[in-house]
Amino acid sequence: MSTNTAYYIPHKAVWPVLVTLGLMIMLAGFANYLNGSSIGPGMMVTGFSIFILMLGAWFALQATESESGMYNHGVGISYRMGMMWFIFSEIMFFGVFFGTLWYARNISVPVLGQVELTGPGRSTHEILWPAFQAIWPTNGPENVGGHFEEMGAFGLPLLNTLILLTSGVTCTWAHHGLLAKNREQLIKGLAATVGLGFLFVLCQASEYYEAYHEMGLTLGSGIYGSTFFMLTGFHGFHVCVGAIILAVVLFRSWKGHFKPENHFAFEAAAWYWHFVDVVWLGLFIFVYLF
Amino acid sequence: MASVVAEHDDHHDHHDHGPEKGLLRWIITTNHKDIGTLYLLFALVMFFVGGTMALIIRSELFEPGLQFVDPQFFNSMTTMHALVMVFGAVMPAFVGLANWMIPMMIGAPDMALPRMNNMSFWMLVAGVLLLAATLFMEGGAPAGGWTLYPPLVLQTGKALPFAIFSVHMLGVSSIMGAINVIATIFNMRAPGMTLMKMPLFVWTWLITAFLLIAIMPVFAGAVTMLLTDRFFDTSFFNAAGGGDPVLYQHIFWFFGHPEVYVMILPTFGVASTIIPVFARKPLFGYASMVYATAAIAFLSFIVWAHHMFTVGLPIAGELYFMYATMLIAIPTGVKVFNWTATMWKGAMTFETPMLFSIAFVVLFTMGGFTGLMMSVAPVDFQYHDTYFIVAHFHYTLVPASVFILMASGYYWLPKWTGNMYNEKIGRLHFWLSAVSVNILFFPQHFLGLAGMPRRIPDYAIQFADWNMVSSIGAFMYGFSQLLFVWIVIDTIKGGVGKATDEVWEDASKHGLEWTVPSPAPYHTFTTPPEIIPTEHL
Repeated sequence: MSTNTAYYIPHKAVWPVLVTLGLMIMLAGFANYLNGSSIGPGMMVTGFSIFILMLGAWFALQATESESGMYNHGVGISYRMGMMWFIFSEIMFFGVFFGTLWYARNISVPVLGQVELTGPGRSTHEILWPAFQAIWPTNGPENVGGHFEEMGAFGLPLLNTLILLTSGVTCTWAHHGLLAKNREQLIKGLAATVGLGFLFVLCQASEYYEAYHEMGLTLGSGIYGSTFFMLTGFHGFHVCVGAIILAVVLFRSWKGHFKPENHFAFEAAAWYWHFVDVVWLGLFIFVYLF
Repeated sequence: MASVVAEHDDHHDHHDHGPEKGLLRWIITTNHKDIGTLYLLFALVMFFVGGTMALIIRSELFEPGLQFVDPQFFNSMTTMHALVMVFGAVMPAFVGLANWMIPMMIGAPDMALPRMNNMSFWMLVAGVLLLAATLFMEGGAPAGGWTLYPPLVLQTGKALPFAIFSVHMLGVSSIMGAINVIATIFNMRAPGMTLMKMPLFVWTWLITAFLLIAIMPVFAGAVTMLLTDRFFDTSFFNAAGGGDPVLYQHIFWFFGHPEVYVMILPTFGVASTIIPVFARKPLFGYASMVYATAAIAFLSFIVWAHHMFTVGLPIAGELYFMYATMLIAIPTGVKVFNWTATMWKGAMTFETPMLFSIAFVVLFTMGGFTGLMMSVAPVDFQYHDTYFIVAHFHYTLVPASVFILMASGYYWLPKWTGNMYNEKIGRLHFWLSAVSVNILFFPQHFLGLAGMPRRIPDYAIQFADWNMVSSIGAFMYGFSQLLFVWIVIDTIKGGVGKATDEVWEDASKHGLEWTVPSPAPYHTFTTPPEIIPTEHL
């Protein structure tokens, strides 16, 4: 670094290429498993272990470098931009499944049920399924997956909404603690956020259990089951990831990391958490309520 | 563009930042030039892999009837040729150029997130390995076309999940690469390098990166639904369960249309960088070039269903997508006008990069016009899924994107290697390519208009003559590209002598990369250069 305004260029690390290797083995294993090959599960576990361990080592290196003051303001801005655009890509990913739900409810199902009397697609209704009526929720004209019950909005989903909204508040409270150099408030706030996150996942799991075992609602229940489980499932997965990230941040806070002027990991985790929170609100409105 | 006054100290050494010895250097490198080189070489290899597949296709189509391959394998070839060329050759080549050139063009020491940069390259290799592996699987490689339309693609054998995960990995690679480009451009510009002073190549990549982050997750979502439809009983694309196969087409083309601009916008950027240097004039209409690029990017999100005119859209939809698509001709026309105006009354010389760039302007315009023809919905019913569309998009990809990639090779090789390439062989490569590419693709317009369908290994007897011409052109074009490989190797080994720092006459007025020594040192601009505001060149 010739001047103090120079940008910090990190030294080389073996972790990125090993993370990639782990991911490739894991996905190849998953593909083999789907094809019914016996080596699939072993490859998946091996690949996943490599992936997680190497990712852990990479993040540990980043944390050490950050705490030793190697990152200046400019590096912090790059990291924040990276996180922002990563979240944007996640928004687009969820957008696909929200779009699918919109399309099914407003186009494919009404056309199959001939709600619109003109326009293409009419013959599908007239020739194949003249008896089908377009009523949401549906598992399609051939009753794919058999009889099911619709998932209501009040009860567990409403509780989950409150849990996530509360966790957003505790997360912000923790941030205030960090900025005010109140370590206790930071740790308590984060612990509460992580706890609420896992509580959410637990509620979601019990909702899934109920759907599969008592309501006949599965991933195979036509377009309703498909969109319901795809949207809530990917969201639940993101909550898990977010909670794990927050748990790592909690561990680092307990170790004494982060300063009011240098706490990118906390901010990134918080942004991610709020993103997951907003997606849930979308789910609650469009999947459960309406 | 801007000129540099500060003497920058490019040789100063600090701890472990020099190139490592041996193979490990290339595996764990975080240096933007190393990673750029990896991307470019990988793309060149894939260009020949995909090209070989194309020659298999053209061999089979040399005469009517089935001669060399069975239809299933033929269909695998059309599918894999497209996937390899799009995701393995053209996109990585432009990412390679971005890695090499963006930091040098904006006066940055490296990309903003160097470790992620390394991961992004290896993720690409991993994705392509998964894809290539499908060639050897039971049931063969995917054969339903690169668009992977259900329900056809769901009949793929063991290859399906591998192809899907390959798309996921390629998507992650592209998103990481794009995030890096955006962070670099927004955060790493040298003081004084304002946005509207950036070279057009940087601008077009900034916009391309935005497109990539917006669309790759969409493609990932679409193929994820293919995966669950096949293996987990979902009904997204199954009408019996209330889904719709047309939904896949909507999602795919919401990704797919911006995707084709991902391949063409950086092409525009390089052309706008090269043409002014050899016309010895400033780029005509710099600001309008920037706005036109942004307009094209915006329009790319709202025209996707012009790929689906024959699928049974409501008439209102056909009309909307028809008019919206025609709008793209306006900003594209602005660009073609600006390139032409840049050359107007310029003191032009015709070195190989300029030859390829001029051919790009002419031949891309032709591809653009056939695009305009197909935007007319009622007429498109005739063109749809015929060789006409094949001719159209190959004109926008081969004599456009690939020609410009070749041009950038010739233009920057002296800067990368420090040696001058053999101009005679370069021009020979250009003339052979320019002639053969037209023999290859122009007859396909006639075949398509006469009704020859695409993706079929056999055809009716009346299509025989033009298919033979096209196949001859294909072999000429394919083998001519070996000259480029020769040039690259020869130039690395010393070429026809050392290149000067500026390489091209007065090039340093056009870009910061020409102000550093040739070959560019391992680290450039470790201290930001001072940019003196000048008028646009």
